[in-house]
Amino acid sequence: MGYPHPTHPKETPVLSRHFGDSDARSFDGWKRRGGYASLEKALGMSREQVTEEVKTSGLRGRGGAGFPCGLKWTFMPKQRTQPHYLCVNADESEPGTFKDREIMRWTPHAVIEGAAIAAYAIQAEQTYVYIRGEFTEAIAIMQQALDEAYIKGVLGINAMGKGVRIDMTIHRGAGAYICGEETALMNSIEGKRGNPRIRPPFPAASGLFGCPTTINNVETLAAVPPIIEQGGAWYRAICLSNPNSTGTKLFSVCGTVRSPGTYEVAMGFPLKDLVHDLAGGMRPGRRLKAVIPGGSSVPILTADEAEATLLDYEGCVARGTMLGSGGVIVMDDSVDMVYQIMRLARFYAHESCAQCTQCREGTAWTTKILQRILHGQGKLEDLDLLLDLSEQMTGTTICVLSDSCAAPVVSGIRKFRDEFEAYIDSGRAVAQV
Amino acid sequence: MSQTTGAGAVAGAESLPPVFDEAGRRELDAVVARYPTKAAALLPALWMVQRKHGWVSPQGMAEVAEALALTPAYVKGVVTFYSMYHQHPVGTHFVQLCTTTPCNVCGAEKVAEAFLRATGAKRLGETSPDGAWTVVEVECLGACGFATPVLLDDDFIESVTPESVPAIVARYR
Ligand SMILES: Cc1cc2nc3c(=O)[nH]c(=O)nc-3n(C[C@H](O)[C@H](O)[C@H](O)COP(=O)(O)O)c2cc1C
Ligand code: FES
Repeated sequence: MGYPHPTHPKETPVLSRHFGDSDARSFDGWKRRGGYASLEKALGMSREQVTEEVKTSGLRGRGGAGFPCGLKWTFMPKQRTQPHYLCVNADESEPGTFKDREIMRWTPHAVIEGAAIAAYAIQAEQTYVYIRGEFTEAIAIMQQALDEAYIKGVLGINAMGKGVRIDMTIHRGAGAYICGEETALMNSIEGKRGNPRIRPPFPAASGLFGCPTTINNVETLAAVPPIIEQGGAWYRAICLSNPNSTGTKLFSVCGTVRSPGTYEVAMGFPLKDLVHDLAGGMRPGRRLKAVIPGGSSVPILTADEAEATLLDYEGCVARGTMLGSGGVIVMDDSVDMVYQIMRLARFYAHESCAQCTQCREGTAWTTKILQRILHGQGKLEDLDLLLDLSEQMTGTTICVLSDSCAAPVVSGIRKFRDEFEAYIDSGRAVAQV
Repeated sequence: MSQTTGAGAVAGAESLPPVFDEAGRRELDAVVARYPTKAAALLPALWMVQRKHGWVSPQGMAEVAEALALTPAYVKGVVTFYSMYHQHPVGTHFVQLCTTTPCNVCGAEKVAEAFLRATGAKRLGETSPDGAWTVVEVECLGACGFATPVLLDDDFIESVTPESVPAIVARYR
């Protein structure tokens, strides 16, 4: 189906095939569409076999870092000497990213099924689904699906009658971007401020409540049932470019395109086609100026660079950026780059947890300098200052929020320097800051 | 992180009913049972407070602290970290609208202005003189393809435009 647009012929709908079909939300509707057959199959396999199938698929984490999913599961202890936990990361707060919300609101049982399979593979008796507090609709739909799954015996102390305990709990966030970072997420579930933790220890050794823990993104887990159903080799074969980037990926396209929305394509799909074809291209009379392809935390691409980019992990790196979360922010020639980069810096300044000096001070200072430039009071040296500051904010902190602020600033100044200089030279001030 | 200043148009702390009465206590116990520690029920407990009172008052924090065997100072430390807990009373209707870059390039600031005009609130973060509306600007709501998304009380409204604001406000009046 597709939502909010019907599936485009160039899409490869696997996770999105029931988007827009509200009947797929109910337990019965999900069963009618073949749902929970994968969980049943997985529970009949050994834990090692399930993990092996996911490794074969080549599935990599869809939350941003792209870490191989099956490999991550093997880091969990083989012998369970204390509780194991699974956390489903549904915090989705990275500007430009809105795919997990679609997965949860159209196919909540896909998330539950994928999480249940993962929980079985890593011997987690309790799974926490951490959903950002603002997602009121998604939370209600997920809670209803979860209640149904319990009533139908899919979850609980004897999941699907197979003698395995799989419990699942929705944990509502309360407004903090940083809680999407996996160690901050665990602190938040524990009832603490959402400050990221220093690693090591890594979550698989000591995570939630000090116990072995795996954290996976919603989209990663939703891809697991089709992999179990059709096999890792089938998933691995979905690939248009680099063999290290397999399967389908949901790209949420937003900004100044005619048809914003979530589109699912095979890894290696051309960004050019995604923007100009699937998302409908620019509005009349407008030209493409820039694209941020992986959520606001990755370097900005110029129009030329964007049009030459293949959307997979390696293809984005080849163009000096990253695939990230797959949040594609499109900007046409009406966009004031200086203003929007300031707006992104302000986002990171607002969301910094303030533990690390480089981040707390760096994000705030970056924002102030950009605002000064926008007020027509910038100096040419400010651009060097911003670059220097960004360098000090990269690779120096507990988590990468600080690096994320630097990415658009550095790439923005490098690629759109004339726009910064125009503000500085003319002393022109923007209408509102 | 909260952007709400709150004009204090709503009832003061004196008159707040207890959150963890018999029914509230039962609900909280069911939550606590899902976690290995009591403290893990802190965010859910604070949501219960806000649902009942409309904000998280010092009294509410004290109640939560007692119920979960934490100190009020610890609870306050957590409350202040999360932007969705109101530390002051807010208007009857609370409007959170996104103005982050993806929505911003689609004209979100115009939507913000339209909300101020339609509600009579003077500034973002301030409550309207009649106490009915508080409009705040928030960061990315995770619905960037539906610019501009608005969380109005507990209702998530997509694709709001300056033109559609008056009708939305009228619906909640
Ligand atoms: C500041 C920050 C914010 C993040 N936000 C999210 C998020 O909202 N959702 C998400 O799945 N991952 C987010 N991540 C990535 C997680 O830390 C983690 O890598 C991911 O959830 C692992 O799941 P995956 O391997 O399935 O991708 C964030 C990371 C950082 C540093
Ligand atoms: S930027 Fe507005 S919802 Fe994401």
